[in-house]
Amino acid sequence: MKALRTASALALLALAVSFPLVFPNPAVDQVAVLTLMFAAAVTAWNAFSGYSGYISIGHAAYFGIGSYAVAILCRDWHVPGGWLPFLLLPLAGLIAVAFAVPMGWVALRTRRHTFVIVTIAMFFIMQLMAYNLRSVTNGSRGMSLPIPVRWGGAFYDVPFYYVALGLLLLALFVSWWIRNSKYGLGLLAIRDDEDRARGLGVRTGPFKLTAFVVAAFFFGMVGGLHAYFVESIFPAFAFDPLIDLMVALMAFLGGLGTLAGPVLGAVILVPAQQYFTIEFGKPGFYLMIYGAMFLAIILLLPQGIIPALQARVRRSEALAGPLRGEGGGPEPTLAGSSVEAGQGESGGDGV
Amino acid sequence: MSLLEATGIRKAFGGVVALDGCSITVEKGSLTGLIGPNGSGKTTLFNVMTGYETVDMGEVRFGGRRITNVAPDRVFQLGMGRTFQLTRIFPRLTVLENMHVAAQRQGPAGLLGRWSSSKEHARALELLEFVGLTRLKDVPARNLSYGQKKLLEFAYVLVAEPQVILLDEPAGGVNPTMIRYLTERIRALNEQGVTFLMVEHNMEFVMGLCDRVVVMNHGVTIADGEPEAVRSDPRVLEAYLGA
Repeated sequence: MKALRTASALALLALAVSFPLVFPNPAVDQVAVLTLMFAAAVTAWNAFSGYSGYISIGHAAYFGIGSYAVAILCRDWHVPGGWLPFLLLPLAGLIAVAFAVPMGWVALRTRRHTFVIVTIAMFFIMQLMAYNLRSVTNGSRGMSLPIPVRWGGAFYDVPFYYVALGLLLLALFVSWWIRNSKYGLGLLAIRDDEDRARGLGVRTGPFKLTAFVVAAFFFGMVGGLHAYFVESIFPAFAFDPLIDLMVALMAFLGGLGTLAGPVLGAVILVPAQQYFTIEFGKPGFYLMIYGAMFLAIILLLPQGIIPALQARVRRSEALAGPLRGEGGGPEPTLAGSSVEAGQGESGGDGV
Repeated sequence: MSLLEATGIRKAFGGVVALDGCSITVEKGSLTGLIGPNGSGKTTLFNVMTGYETVDMGEVRFGGRRITNVAPDRVFQLGMGRTFQLTRIFPRLTVLENMHVAAQRQGPAGLLGRWSSSKEHARALELLEFVGLTRLKDVPARNLSYGQKKLLEFAYVLVAEPQVILLDEPAGGVNPTMIRYLTERIRALNEQGVTFLMVEHNMEFVMGLCDRVVVMNHGVTIADGEPEAVRSDPRVLEAYLGA
């Protein structure tokens, strides 16, 4: 089972690495770049919101901050198009972190629905600042980024593809590490019962803030990469509330709190968005389909694809068990009741 | 000096005074019962001592150290664990994961290490054996029965080896076989030196287990002594019967 899992992960990695060579079509590669960017962002978002249960609908603020950070640094430091702007991405992430620490510290004083509303409010404050701090952001006229003039034709997307893939792998590694660490167990405990976790020595405040900030770091880097990829940014598109909705939808579709779920959500929804936009010719049409999908997910697959599949596998294993002569009848337990191990559908299981 | 001392605690919620100058001491190595009619302030006193509520006035000392209004995570790290009246476990984590939440580690290096390796693991398994839940270690905790959840909550508090454990109605809603089992476990731990303070309405349980009983009414302690003496104290009868 474990060998199978490792083998399929390696196969997927090989596919991801060779993708631009197999499909040199720029239109296809462009969708692939966007998919990887979103996958990296959702994976990092999930390491905060999925594990801790604090649903942030405001991390797009750090995407926007990262976008503007790269644009402003390129302008002020006269960075030419080419490989150099990629080196600014960690810096863009750190600038997002500098905003995320105080903003997260304030937002995390609240819980549940209030937290969601506070993150949304903070997002719109940042968007307004992008409009109004004209001396820094150039206001609604937007900013241009350097153009990598030497990357022509089919090659243009390739550097972006591999940088986005690198960000995704880094995000996956961080998410996997957190999930298996003592720290991550604390986040999961916070998701289940924050006050009880505090009473067992879990320092909930720093735990939550750290995860919030780690997610913001990745949003900052992805935002910076996206800005460089699209070459010009405007307040309404760098600070886009749809990014937050997309991210949440992807995580819920794939499986909130799982490792692979958010990536699966991105792989399904980003190409779907591009397809609907091209197919129906109206840029906003996919939003209606997304709305319908969101309802369908909540009604039919409230835990997401990955946990639903896991539960199905467990059920079939539990059914097959007695046939193979394993695990006989449930033993009587002390409290006078028995537990069916097979019926558990733990939403927190990682893949 | 007592292990745990609360002196002159006052706590009001709006106009309702839950604790009105309440004082209590718990001796090291004792099994102390805390009884009183509903609404007399027992759970609020627990909350104040474990950092879940801040006090308006008064002082809490633990092992000679002032812990008034210290946060719950710090109180636990200092060696005071508690269980809740309505049992609180982590429903989506497995039984074993629940056990590991309470294992204490300090510093980034400890927190970034894997939760499932190291000697904490042996301790967690040992305690699951102690309460008889070993067989269920990989089951999500929400699938346990109520009694099993109580045992799990009791067991994971023990992971950090606290000096004193505050139990809020450990025998509430639990069948008689289980109550006997729990009594045995508490005695065994007490013999190893763990101090207990417990709120309980089951008089048989309290009188049989505790070596000292404190009675509360209207936010103050009104009697304090050996179980037999307390049982026949006229002030206690008055509080319970409302005469």
